[in-house]
Amino acid sequence: MSISQSLFYFLAFCSIFFAILVVSAKNPVHSVLYLILTFFSIAGQYILLNAQFLAVVHVIVYAGAIMVLFLFVLMLLNLNAESEPQKSGILKFAGVIAGGMLLVVLVASLKNADAIQPKLAPNNQIGLVASLGKELFTNFLLPFEVSSILFLIAMIGAVVLAKKESGRLDYKIED
Amino acid sequence: MNEAIRMVPLEHYIWLSAILFAIGVIGVLTRRNVIIIFMSVELMLNSVNLLLTAFSSYHSDPAGQVFVFFIMAVAAAEVAVGLAIIVMIYRNIHSIDINDLNKLKG
Repeated sequence: MSISQSLFYFLAFCSIFFAILVVSAKNPVHSVLYLILTFFSIAGQYILLNAQFLAVVHVIVYAGAIMVLFLFVLMLLNLNAESEPQKSGILKFAGVIAGGMLLVVLVASLKNADAIQPKLAPNNQIGLVASLGKELFTNFLLPFEVSSILFLIAMIGAVVLAKKESGRLDYKIED
Repeated sequence: MNEAIRMVPLEHYIWLSAILFAIGVIGVLTRRNVIIIFMSVELMLNSVNLLLTAFSSYHSDPAGQVFVFFIMAVAAAEVAVGLAIIVMIYRNIHSIDINDLNKLKG
C-alpha cells in the first residue's frame, strides 16, 4: 500500500469519525469544533485529489469564515449542554435507522454501476489556479457574475434580518 | 503526489461521500437544535463537494471543480442568511428548539 493510499484511508477514517462526533456531541460548541476537524480532513482529501486551489478555498471559506460565524452565533446565544434540547430515544433511534436505510439504498444502487472510462488524458494540472481560472472566466463567466449578485443579496439580507428592530414588543410563547 | 489519483479506486470516494451524506441526514433527523441541523446540512454539502472533486480529478475535467467553487459560494451566502434568521428567532422567542418553531404558523 503506497503512502497516498494510506493517507486516503486515514483521512477518510478521520472525517467519518469526526462527522459522527458532530451529530452526537451533547455540547453545541464541541459540535462546531469537531466540524472544523472534519473540514480539515476533507481539505486533505482535496490535496490528495490534486485540487490544490479548492483545498485552499475550502480552508479559507469553511474553517475561516463559516465556522467563525457558527461559533459567534453559538457564543451570542450562550448555548451549552444543559440548555440543549433532546429528542426522545425512540425518535433518535428512528432517525438513525432512516439515515442508515438511505446509506444502504445509496450503496446498493451504486454498487453495480459501470465505471465510465475517462475521455481526457490524465492531467494533474487541472486543480491549479491557472486552469480553473481559465475555465471560470470563459465557460462559467455568467454564473460567476450572478454569484456576485447573490452575495450582495445575502449581505443585505443578513444585515436586515439581524438588525434590532426598534419599538417592537417581544413575542413570547405561552406554554 | 502525482500518482495519488487513480491509486485509490473511485468507488471508495463514492462510499466515503455516501457515508458522510448519511451522517448528515442522521444529524438532521435526530437533533432539535437548529444550529446543529444547519451544521449537518453543511456536512451533506461537503460530501457532495468531495464527490464532485473526485469525479473531476479522475476524469481530468475542470468543470467539476468550478461547480464545487460555486457550491461553496452559495453555502457561504446560505450560512450568513440562515444564521441571521436564527439570531432573529432567538431574540423573539428565546429558544432555538425546532419544536418551538411550529408556532410560526398562523
